[in-house]
Amino acid sequence: MHFISPVLWQFLVKWLNYFAIFPREASTVAPYTDGLYAYLMIMSIFGLLLVAAMVAVFSVRYRRARSPEATQIEGSTLLEATWTIIPLGLFMVSFVWGALLYFRIFTPPPNAMPVYIIGKQWMWKAEHPGGQHEINALHVPVNRPVQLTMISQDVFHSFSLPEFRVKREVIPGRYSTVWFQATKVGTYHLFCSQYCGTLHSAMIGTITVMTPDDYEAWTNGSTSGMSLAQNGERLFASLGCNSCHTAGGGGRGPNLYSLYGGKELLANGTSVTVDDAFLRGCILNPSTHAVQGYVPIMPTYQGQISEEGLIDLVEYIKTLKSGDRIQQTLHTTTFSPEQGGADRSAPDYRNELTTGQTDNGRAAPDTSTSKGEGVSPQ
Amino acid sequence: MSSATTIVNIPEQSTASLPKNSYLTGEYGLKSWLLTQDHKRIGLLYLISITFFFFIGGAFAGLIRLELLTPMPDLVASDTYNKLFTMHGIVMIFLFLVPSVPAVLGNFLLPLMLGARDLAFPKINLLSWYMYMGGGIFTLATLVLGGVDTGWTFTTPLSTHYVNTHVITAGVGIFIAGFSSIFTGLNFIVTIHRMRCPGMTWFRMPLFLWANYAASILMVLGTPVLAITIVLVALERTIGIGVFDPSKGGDPLLFQHLFWFYSHPAVYIMILPGMGVISETISTFSRKRIFGYTAVAFSSVAIAVFGFFVWEHHMFIMGVSTYSALVFSLLTMLVAVPSAIKIFNWAATLYKGSITFETPMLYSFGFIGLFTIGGLTGVFLGSLGMDVHLTETYFIVAHFHFVMVGGMLMAFLAGIHFWWPKMTGRMYPEQVSKLAAVTTFIGFILTFFPQFLLGYLGMPRRYHAYPPEFQVLNVLSTAGATVLGVGYLLPMLYLTWSLRYGAIAGDNPWQATGLEWQIQSPPLKENFTEIPIMDHEAYDYDWLAHKHVPEVTTVG
Amino acid sequence: MDSHSTTLSSHSAHSSAIEAQIEHAHHEHPAYLLHHFETVEQQKAASSFGMWLFLMQELMFFGGMFMAYLVYRAWYYPAFAAASNTLDWKIGTLNTIILLTSSFTMTLAVHYAEARKVKALANSILVTIILGIVFLGLKSTEYYSKFVEHHVPGANFSIEDFVTGHNTGMPPISADMAQHTQLFFSLYFAMTGMHALHMIIGIGILAFMYVKARGGAYTEGHTAPIDYASLYWHFVDVVWIFLFPLLYLINRHPVH
Repeated sequence: MHFISPVLWQFLVKWLNYFAIFPREASTVAPYTDGLYAYLMIMSIFGLLLVAAMVAVFSVRYRRARSPEATQIEGSTLLEATWTIIPLGLFMVSFVWGALLYFRIFTPPPNAMPVYIIGKQWMWKAEHPGGQHEINALHVPVNRPVQLTMISQDVFHSFSLPEFRVKREVIPGRYSTVWFQATKVGTYHLFCSQYCGTLHSAMIGTITVMTPDDYEAWTNGSTSGMSLAQNGERLFASLGCNSCHTAGGGGRGPNLYSLYGGKELLANGTSVTVDDAFLRGCILNPSTHAVQGYVPIMPTYQGQISEEGLIDLVEYIKTLKSGDRIQQTLHTTTFSPEQGGADRSAPDYRNELTTGQTDNGRAAPDTSTSKGEGVSPQ
Repeated sequence: MSSATTIVNIPEQSTASLPKNSYLTGEYGLKSWLLTQDHKRIGLLYLISITFFFFIGGAFAGLIRLELLTPMPDLVASDTYNKLFTMHGIVMIFLFLVPSVPAVLGNFLLPLMLGARDLAFPKINLLSWYMYMGGGIFTLATLVLGGVDTGWTFTTPLSTHYVNTHVITAGVGIFIAGFSSIFTGLNFIVTIHRMRCPGMTWFRMPLFLWANYAASILMVLGTPVLAITIVLVALERTIGIGVFDPSKGGDPLLFQHLFWFYSHPAVYIMILPGMGVISETISTFSRKRIFGYTAVAFSSVAIAVFGFFVWEHHMFIMGVSTYSALVFSLLTMLVAVPSAIKIFNWAATLYKGSITFETPMLYSFGFIGLFTIGGLTGVFLGSLGMDVHLTETYFIVAHFHFVMVGGMLMAFLAGIHFWWPKMTGRMYPEQVSKLAAVTTFIGFILTFFPQFLLGYLGMPRRYHAYPPEFQVLNVLSTAGATVLGVGYLLPMLYLTWSLRYGAIAGDNPWQATGLEWQIQSPPLKENFTEIPIMDHEAYDYDWLAHKHVPEVTTVG
Repeated sequence: MDSHSTTLSSHSAHSSAIEAQIEHAHHEHPAYLLHHFETVEQQKAASSFGMWLFLMQELMFFGGMFMAYLVYRAWYYPAFAAASNTLDWKIGTLNTIILLTSSFTMTLAVHYAEARKVKALANSILVTIILGIVFLGLKSTEYYSKFVEHHVPGANFSIEDFVTGHNTGMPPISADMAQHTQLFFSLYFAMTGMHALHMIIGIGILAFMYVKARGGAYTEGHTAPIDYASLYWHFVDVVWIFLFPLLYLINRHPVH
């Protein structure tokens, strides 16, 4: 092929290797998304061809050379109604279809495996309940629903998995969730798709989908030795939470056992479902989450617990099913990591777990100068 | 040219000359321009200034495309790249697209089409231009000082706490430019309500005026919300008032709501006047009244009204309530319908017409094709589940550019070519301008169509570096951008050339029906020697054919 | 449809009637009729419509802040109530009365302009200006006291008062809720500050008009500028009518 310039040749090779119109379908929702995409494509091509055909045919048929005199036409209510109602109908189909898909994408199945994601400029941290920590990477088993609970430490980020067709904004100060079920073993792109500052395009990573066996091997090999719930238990004790939230109830604060997932009646009369976001809110803004029947004396822990610490606490409270000790919580995940295994995949950033002195007294800390750690300017 | 292929009807060149007395003559010198209250001169001032900013914004776009030629971050640093796309967005949106058709063509044509001597508030009109320039100067100052890298969307808390660039300078620029467009809109609404000539009823107005009227409503009611949002961002940056700061209990999503409450209607501010231009050109070059005038007129108003209630579709994955997302998705589908009506009505206008293919018509065909694609891909994004995958990717970039560049810029160029003889009294060169129209169309498709594919493949927008498998499509896009650049440079060159060497156009080279075509080109300073009386429908070619006495005779 | 009639013949009849009226009243084109308007009526209709549109624009401008206020008030009601109670309702009420009175004197100005009384017009404008300045003076004492109390958002802000319940006249609130009083004060300063800025602009316009009014500018039949200044002044007044209860009167009752 010496008559083709090497540069062009290289380009052609690249083209043939890389040219794709559809990304791989690697999750359970991907085929549904592609189905809607196909519908919208067909609708668009049909519409475009119709308009193009009208313009082209009329341009040829009624060009001045063939049609020297125009015939004035007022309009036609019937025709206009037709091309109002038919597009409206097509758009309504895409609305309903899109809404159904939206519910599918954002309604997690009840048995989803939880993973926590923290976004910060410019990296993704993933925390597995078993204590595996990852940076810019996420390992998940194939054919199992995984639910991500995500929060940002600084600015808006967006957790985008194009091969899974899911994406969710990661917001400072509140949890957002997304779930997926990978269907094919492999590695896939993870992008931050919300512009987040200088190295936005470097805030990327890989999702590794593994067979159950490989995944188990990975979890065993990557644990930091402490599950999130165990870390949470330790933090719970060191912050003195157990002095009010006593095991078995009867303390000054509500009993936390078997709380998660149930309904709680608040002091302002509303009833809420206890989820991750509610627990996080209770710790940071107890006064707006005060539970009925208790004196609202809990101080705020704003600025004292990092997002990782909050996740540990939430995970700990989630696992409190009975009065038993926390070791049992490891069974809430399907794997049981070897104790003491070395954490090979992530640097140890645990030492930032608590960032401030705990203050358990009634007197409020001087919060006028403290800021939520996650959002203070750097 | 035979009369079988063209309607151009210009006077015999050997005897023709420009009228001695027109808005361009009488007073010369910089001062007579900078202090003018004549809407036509102000329109030209805008034309010069927005062209300047268009090429600045275009230069940024060129650098962006050049950087994306390779997957590696090699041409500029990440910071610089971020500043490039931010400045590209700010300059193109606030200093080019928003003022393009309204402030240039609208200013020039609104009183002419209405049969009025000027806009209702000529001084405020001049003030608008100065405010626009003020906004432009602040934007240039931002550039000189080192730029801003928040993205044109100024997302909090990134813009309030995490960047050290000149957010406030840029914000001040947008604030001032925003008030320029508020005053332009206000002027247009009042002029259309109160300055129509005798007999010019609402339903005799050219559709260009309906479109500008609808856009003006959006300008007056939407822009102030952006203004106060920018003020709050600036206060947050300077004294930390915390309204958008989650660490103080503020909600960054409130910023998104307030920002998009303006910035979604803003896209209709940009596109509606363009649609108005298309209605004029399609009618003129097919010698027919617009098919279903009333439907086209009301669809402009419908777009303006619905346009105010769809802003949340920019936030579908930001954790808004599912039910509000449903409502906003539904409304988004509804806002697409009036656009569809317009497209079909324009296409139907061609039916049984007597069509010629002068440059404005070619640009209009380009508009119809590209806007149809842009509009339909908007339905993709309005469809909730689809939006999850497509939002924040190059699909958005492509969709937006198809509507704004493919749609609006095509319409702007159609309008500039269409009214160039009226503005300057001279024709542009027909052959080279047809070449430019075709070049622009091809360049545009090549630049932005691959971006739809990139978007579906998942390439996020605003990425300085990208995975290598996206390179082929990016190379195509960059190649297209060079063609597109040539397509935009050409009109700039030959239009300037035509100022001196173009053929004398005469009063009505297109044999169009609008009032603006019944007076001399370029028009008198006072537009009409006597206020005309409108005694026929818009686009009444029978009236034109049987018109015996000119409405206004040339003076001097 | 507005003043223009739909058919040509009736329009010309209508407009010639108007012209006849004008001819009768002035016997010539008045000097203030700008060149691009056909009749005085047209000019008047255009400028008053423009003024109303401008005020609509202003409404949307303040609307953004009212939106923020509503959201945060709903979220952090106890903080907003406590913070509201630290505002001085006596000064607020006094200021409301002052501003309402100034609207009255502004209306008087319009009346005297129409009645062509130079001196009374100038005096009404002057009283309006003085009342406006008094309002701003009282407002600045309030701002100053907020500064003293460390209730100005920013580095100096302290939630001490709200946590202890001192000086607030309200029961103490918890520290995390008290944090949100800062949002209240942010909005308080943003909203009243923006209102004050509008007043300063208004006073500037009125001062300019005062000088011209003494020269007899608005008492020769062309009262439009006074009308529009008065519209603007009333608008600023109406904004305050909303700000006062929203900011000062949240859950005001004495501690038992």
